[in-house]
Amino acid sequence: MSTQVPETETEAETEAEPAGESHQERRMADKAARREYRESEKKAEAELRAAEESVHLKVFRYDPEVEDKQEPRFDDFYVPYTKGMTVLDALMYARDHYDSSLTFRHSCRQAVCGSDAMFVNGRQRLCCKTQLSEMAEPVRIEPLPHQDVVKDLVVDMEHFYDQMHAVEPYFQSEDVPTEEQRQSRENREKIKMSTRCIWCGACMSSCNIAAGDNEYLGPAAINKAYRFYMDEREDEEELKEHRLRILEQEHGVWRCQTQFSCTEVCPKDIPLTEHIQELKREAVKNNLKFW
Amino acid sequence: MYEHDVIVVGGGGAGLRAAIAAQEEGADVAIVTKLHPVRSHTGAAEGGINAALREGDDWELHAYDTMKGSDYLGDAPAIETLAQDAPEEVFQIEHWGMPFSREEDGRVSQRPFGGLSFPRTTYAGAETGHHLLHTMYEQVVKRGIQVYDEWYVMNLAVTDEETPEDRSCHGIVAYDVQSGEISGFKANDGVILATGGPGQAFDHTTNAVACTGDGYAMAYRAGVPMEDMEFVQFHPTTLPSTGVLISEGVRGEGGILYNADGERFMFEHGYANNDGELASRDVVSRAELTEVNEGRGFEDEYVMLDMRHLGEERIVDRLENILHLAEDFEGVDGLKEPMPVKPGQHYEMGGIETDENGLTCIDGLYAAGETACVSVHGANRLGGNALPELIVFGARAGKHAAGGDMAEAKIETGERGDIEYDETELPYQPGEVGMDAGPSGVAADGGAVTADAGAVVEQAVETERERVATLMERDEGVQHSQIRADLQQTMTQNVNVFREEEGLKQALQDIREIREAYQDVYVDDPSRTFNTDLQQTIETRNLIDVAETITLGALVRTEFRGAHWRAEHQERKDDEWLKHTLVAWNDGEPTIFYRPTILEGENKTYEPKERSY
Ligand SMILES: Cc1cc2nc3c(=O)[nH]c(=O)nc-3n(C[C@H](O)[C@H](O)[C@H](O)COP(=O)(O)OP(=O)(O)OC[C@H]3O[C@@H](n4cnc5c(N)ncnc54)[C@H](O)[C@@H]3O)c2cc1C
Ligand code: SF4
Ligand code: FES
Repeated sequence: MSTQVPETETEAETEAEPAGESHQERRMADKAARREYRESEKKAEAELRAAEESVHLKVFRYDPEVEDKQEPRFDDFYVPYTKGMTVLDALMYARDHYDSSLTFRHSCRQAVCGSDAMFVNGRQRLCCKTQLSEMAEPVRIEPLPHQDVVKDLVVDMEHFYDQMHAVEPYFQSEDVPTEEQRQSRENREKIKMSTRCIWCGACMSSCNIAAGDNEYLGPAAINKAYRFYMDEREDEEELKEHRLRILEQEHGVWRCQTQFSCTEVCPKDIPLTEHIQELKREAVKNNLKFW
Repeated sequence: MYEHDVIVVGGGGAGLRAAIAAQEEGADVAIVTKLHPVRSHTGAAEGGINAALREGDDWELHAYDTMKGSDYLGDAPAIETLAQDAPEEVFQIEHWGMPFSREEDGRVSQRPFGGLSFPRTTYAGAETGHHLLHTMYEQVVKRGIQVYDEWYVMNLAVTDEETPEDRSCHGIVAYDVQSGEISGFKANDGVILATGGPGQAFDHTTNAVACTGDGYAMAYRAGVPMEDMEFVQFHPTTLPSTGVLISEGVRGEGGILYNADGERFMFEHGYANNDGELASRDVVSRAELTEVNEGRGFEDEYVMLDMRHLGEERIVDRLENILHLAEDFEGVDGLKEPMPVKPGQHYEMGGIETDENGLTCIDGLYAAGETACVSVHGANRLGGNALPELIVFGARAGKHAAGGDMAEAKIETGERGDIEYDETELPYQPGEVGMDAGPSGVAADGGAVTADAGAVVEQAVETERERVATLMERDEGVQHSQIRADLQQTMTQNVNVFREEEGLKQALQDIREIREAYQDVYVDDPSRTFNTDLQQTIETRNLIDVAETITLGALVRTEFRGAHWRAEHQERKDDEWLKHTLVAWNDGEPTIFYRPTILEGENKTYEPKERSY
């Protein structure tokens, strides 16, 4: 399903179905009815809060299994604002105080685990790294575009992982070490930015090419390949060529049209487009045929 | 039912290293993890990895520093193993591609860290943990090790003989978060718990939301004692709204702390007249809280850390990442404003009792990483000693579980050997509620005595299915978020950096009430798809058990050692307390016993010395 939902202000209208056949259905219906009741309570509470300093969130909701969520919709939440509050804090508040079924990935709360890239006010952002004070209201929170939605704000990351794995993201050597290898400071500096990737998927989601070509490796995977290609510790010519061959295949570096959208959204400021361009030049230098 | 030789629960630093080692030993290994491995909290570690790599340094110095730092509560065989194995483990991850910071000559850089007699902390910028995690995950991909990611492990499949030492672990029960499928995983050779810390037991922590102490709780209820849980490290400079850690580097460079009256309290109120802001973590944490408690904090909550006087150039040059952290997570510009800070829970020194090979007292059950207690850190962990612990003991547990050839362990486990029982009168009965009526449906952890491993796993699966059904069917009651908030509140209030007898008793009583409330917990989200409500509800149960072991340990240990401060007992009592606290679940009626610390090393015996402030 797509995340591009027309904006409908569904106020969770659920007719509590007459007791369904299976236990599961009955249970769901019961819970829906109870939720409706609580929702009215919460609405009152929310209005009260709105009077104080609060932030208005519009959050995308969808659950293939739950009747009133099968049609994607947006829910409104009013969250009391405190200084320093991030978009993630607000989502957690809404979940813990208003609706425990509100579902999103998150863990570290400090921009290292890469779990909570979402589409916030029309742009891919890491929720934990986004101050609410910088967002225009209502703050619109949607799952990452161009990815299948599993539920609410959770998207399927399998394809992203597959692409990351496709570039053979590891040193090939099998030697048993007795001491460290040498690496120059310049070389470490060269790969430094590329090693910062936290696999959040924001870049891939922002990329038009990736949206149109499902096989395209995408900026994060190409950046991962860059990290290994440029590392002087793996210096065998055949290995370097092997890496370039993976990159210059049909759905590799040549797909990139230098639109810079990935670079703009990357929360780790990795110069993705530059890295892709550099690899294109490497490919040419190595006289590899290109598509 | 799924089946593998070795099952590693958790894909953080310890879990990944264990899986690689088991695979190298020829085992068919799988990682089952509630987060995708690269999302694990190992990725948050900034500072570095201690290892004696250079001339002028050696493993014995590293061991000595660690023992001293542990306030003589670490076990020498564990500490010496850490110090001996760390160098080759560091070389290994370097060969796997870890992008360490480098010296002019291309060798791995090392820097000084608190409590170290030699600058032996290797690092990769301010993102050491991130690089360690990703480098090892790359090796897991290379080896084609199977990863069941976003599978939540709910319980262990353990036989239920009378005494835990006779039990054996045959697998786990997990549910696929995405689909809601509950399945058994049979482990032919062993299960390794590498589930990380329990920070979520406190309301303010540097730990991730996923650090819910699942491993501790599962092992505990299966019969493995929890060792030295009262030793919890609190970090003095964390941001108030999120708990994000602001490194010691700021104070190291000359940053100052002041209170709402504008006083530089570390000096002006005499907490540390010599070292000031640079006093050890526990001293600074207690000073900050005292200021707040006595009404000199900002908004009754925090103090200020100011680095503006260092000047823009120096700050940007050396502390650039701090500027980003303050800006992104607190909305504060460190160049123009002071940064609000307060103490936050940071690291659990104690854990699942294991020997040097990662083995617990239950056959086939291992633990490694923060969740384990070998015991390396004793009463206080030195910065930079957790990451080497992950790789050293992760690798050992993986190898041992896969049947690798290893020396006999020197550390004893379980309720046997040289132990003595605690005689403290407990004011409130800890453990399972409603024991007289038999174990309750939701909380029970029934095992099975049978020779057939598959049947043990199946029975465990059945128990977990029932538990989930009960939670899902219940129509009303309390939500876990309320229970968790209550638990965090009492822990933060009573089992924090300050511990008083009355407060600790209060916490035990609160935990008792929280357990009772949990009897009525229900899951509101009716969906099977990605039901985080259900997952968090189960996690909350685990947090309750973990919090109780921390509180029990804190109450019975009537001394002040390392991170454990007691109002009524202001000194370290070596005559009485050179011993580990062990809390055993005892099928729902916890018992507490002690085992002496091992101070005899390979070549010498460590003599306890005063830890001066
Ligand atoms: C901010 C911060 C900075 C730090 N800096 C340093 C430092 O500089 N140097 C140092 O030595 N130490 C440092 N530490 C400590 C160190 O990083 C941690 O102790 C260590 O990373 C823990 O690793 P782990 O593998 O045990 O657990 P984690 O990395 O937390 O991994 C736990 C794994 O278990 C999985 N899991 C948990 N429960 C379940 C379940 N029920 N079912 C399935 N899977 C489960 C999770 O998905 C995860 O993959 C720091 C800690 C923090 C918080
Ligand atoms: S390159 Fe940047 S945007 Fe893309 S996955 Fe990595 S961190 Fe996220
Ligand atoms: S919660 Fe980990 S990156 Fe945002």
